[in-house]
Amino acid sequence: MNLILVLEQTLNGLQLGVMLFLMAAGLTLVFGIMNLVNLAHGSFYMVGAYLATYFYQLTGSYWLGVLLGLAGTLVVGVAVELVALRTLYERDHLDQVLATFGLILFFNELAAMVWGRAALYTNIPEYLSGHVELLPGLRYPLYRLVIIVVGLAVAGLLWFVVARTRLGMLIRAGASNRAMVAALGVNIRLLYTLVFGFGAALAGLAGLMAGPIYVVQPGMGELILIEVFVVIVIGGIGSIRGALAGALIVGMVDTLGRAFLKPALATVLSPVAAQAAGPALASMLIYLLMAVVLALKPQGLFPARL
Amino acid sequence: VSPRNRAIALGLGLLLLAAVPPVASLFNQPFYLDLVRRIMIFAIAAASLNLILGYGGMVSFGHAAYLGVGGYAVGVLAHYGVVDGIVQWALAIGASALVALVIGAVSIRTSGVYFIMITLAFTQMLYYLGISVEEFGGDDGMRLAAKSRFPGVDLNDASVFYYLVLAVLVLVLFLGHRLVNSRFGMVIRAARSNETRTRAIGVSPYRYRLAAFVIAGAVCGLAGALLVNHTAYLTPEFMNWTRSGELMFMVILGGMGSVAGPVLGAFALLVLEDLLSGWTQHWQIVLGPLLVLSVLFFRRGLAGLFDKNE
Repeated sequence: MNLILVLEQTLNGLQLGVMLFLMAAGLTLVFGIMNLVNLAHGSFYMVGAYLATYFYQLTGSYWLGVLLGLAGTLVVGVAVELVALRTLYERDHLDQVLATFGLILFFNELAAMVWGRAALYTNIPEYLSGHVELLPGLRYPLYRLVIIVVGLAVAGLLWFVVARTRLGMLIRAGASNRAMVAALGVNIRLLYTLVFGFGAALAGLAGLMAGPIYVVQPGMGELILIEVFVVIVIGGIGSIRGALAGALIVGMVDTLGRAFLKPALATVLSPVAAQAAGPALASMLIYLLMAVVLALKPQGLFPARL
Repeated sequence: VSPRNRAIALGLGLLLLAAVPPVASLFNQPFYLDLVRRIMIFAIAAASLNLILGYGGMVSFGHAAYLGVGGYAVGVLAHYGVVDGIVQWALAIGASALVALVIGAVSIRTSGVYFIMITLAFTQMLYYLGISVEEFGGDDGMRLAAKSRFPGVDLNDASVFYYLVLAVLVLVLFLGHRLVNSRFGMVIRAARSNETRTRAIGVSPYRYRLAAFVIAGAVCGLAGALLVNHTAYLTPEFMNWTRSGELMFMVILGGMGSVAGPVLGAFALLVLEDLLSGWTQHWQIVLGPLLVLSVLFFRRGLAGLFDKNE
């Protein structure tokens, strides 16, 4: 019984981890290649969730909703890059943080104007709902398993694109020497726009998968964004390997901490004290982990080389 | 701007601020007294951030943490029946300084984008701590049991409280001015413009930066103590990360690295918010793009308008 609970929570941790990775991958690529800190990355997560929900309800087809949600986030990402962020690559991080902070206000309010401030609840098609019996006694929601599989598949695909294709080679070259790549006749601006758009689409994918599990509401992106920052700091900024490792670590620590810290504390403290301290400590756990990692390895666990 | 004109401008600004309570009561508009008092409290917080952001070049995206720590210090003491203002405010300043010492000790070891993300993450940690402590209202927050009590100063009197805030603001600006022009301030500014050279002349910036970080936290904690007395309500929202962003914008809009800049910035941002929110409930959809434009095209801030040659 207890073992089954641990397994179930481990899977939940893995599921949170792959979602964090989808967010972190785009953010860390954009930072590694364009040297841009993009706070508005969480907005793409929100846009993906809203668009998918909206198109699903409009068309009645889940897959059309997913497809249009992804395409829509890609378009929004490219538009944001062209209109606002392109001029910020040469600016310092402070300017980038401030300008993208302004973008967040804009997107959150836009979502509130179009879809209202109240949370939207969305459901999943019948064939994705229900549970699968993984082990005798361990019944796990099918949808969460699908998220884990999709997330890991995207991670593999991303590794393949960056490490084994011509586009990936250009991306890596652009990260290490922008001027040289441009001099060799590569349209670096187009490359940047593409990378940014796909990073946005990955965030949109995370958002549209998160929609049915959590709630869809304005500001949903920022809650996960700050956890993604923790992921990136732990993993090492600009490194995709680091993003994957950091995401899995943070997903596990956060989920297992919330599930087991209170009962674990109750064995050493009084039940009342554990009741009070457990949730507080569990919600702080990943930040404490970040502080420890920084104290030991200020550049993160896997410093960037892409 | 010559020093003489600068002194005249400062004197005029001070006179204007001092004239708010009588004018507001003359026209029977207590709302404006309330608004300007709130703006001045944020100006104190922004001035403290300016010390590390504008002069020290440390992009702290978590400055709202100290507003929260200062606010909770006062609120929690009042919750347990301690209403002596001197004790409350001393704890607010001391606790914020301590929190800043811990956060600063870890985050100043890093720089650039790491520093931004880490300060943000630590503040978020405190925010979640505030949410999860049910004893002090958790998510909903709690009412301030009673305003801080000082001998001879009654904070329940709106204009007395106003003049106290004004006095604190003037004091903070004066001390900030002295600080950035002292030897200590020179080291902070030198480390910002060229860390390698600063090291080469034999000064290790870490301790200076940490000291500045702690001072900024302590002053912001004082602003938190004022803010909780102003709102008479305490919630984790004091530490919301958007608060930190707003404080940064006040510094930037006012013009970085100028003593009066944060005051101008606080007025610009909060008056703009007030006007826009009176106009439409979706005011953030206007404010967001305005802020983006200000970063792209109005980089030197309001103080830059007066100072062409700096």
